[in-house]
Amino acid sequence: MTSARDITLAVNPPRAAFLDFPLGYTVGKPHAPGLQRRILVEALSSFETMTAPGSMKELPFRWSGGEEWKAKAFAGGDDRTPRHDAPQYQDEADRRLAEEEGSRSCPVCRS
Amino acid sequence: MLPVDYIPRIRDNYARLGYKAYNWVVNRDAAPWTPLRKPLSQCRLGLAASGGVYAAGQVAFHHKDDTSLREIPTDIGTKELRATHFAYDLSGARTDPNVVFPIDTLRRLVQEGFLGGLASRFHTFMGGIYSSRRVVEDLAPRLTARFLEDGVDAVLLVPV
Repeated sequence: MTSARDITLAVNPPRAAFLDFPLGYTVGKPHAPGLQRRILVEALSSFETMTAPGSMKELPFRWSGGEEWKAKAFAGGDDRTPRHDAPQYQDEADRRLAEEEGSRSCPVCRS
Repeated sequence: MLPVDYIPRIRDNYARLGYKAYNWVVNRDAAPWTPLRKPLSQCRLGLAASGGVYAAGQVAFHHKDDTSLREIPTDIGTKELRATHFAYDLSGARTDPNVVFPIDTLRRLVQEGFLGGLASRFHTFMGGIYSSRRVVEDLAPRLTARFLEDGVDAVLLVPV
């Protein structure tokens, strides 16, 4: 899957499916399970239909909020947050869970 | 409207900001090719995603060239999933992780018989590793070894 067409063409993977959505929505819009399903069915079908390395399928979906996002992407400034080298938790509760209880309560904590 | 050309867009943006130019990965050789040997409905699928997804209880990723992996069991409750990243809009992923880690969608496709099954675990890591050498020499071989361990027939890669 990719939503950055030119970057993926440069990397040149064996198979790619391009979804023309903003970065951060590689498999669709939030809470839109029907759309997410159709996107993945189209993308995964490429495993059975592509016959040559370097193929890219353009998925037939459009971002429903219009195309204004395209003008704004990386158009000015720097929206990234600082690149801290300590764990960056979504929630403080996650930090407590990982630091205090993780090894006992979390069966999936192999990293 | 045509797709965004990110490489020139980011090159120009970095130049305006006075940043050093980024060295994009360009692979000119033909990509390797392994045909799928059976229908998807008989395949076990693996997944790797770079959106910084971790499970509650795991140590979160950090944001400075973190090449570590997290394994996420494919029977996990979706509510246990979290996302952390310095370089993309997390608002979608944090309300529905499926937009960068399509766990519910893939489970549904197995129930429907579109896919044969899923590996018992999926693998996540942190994108924005600014050394392609570390990805090629360190992260990618570890990922490949895990997929071989997992016995998958095909792998879906979900970058951000």
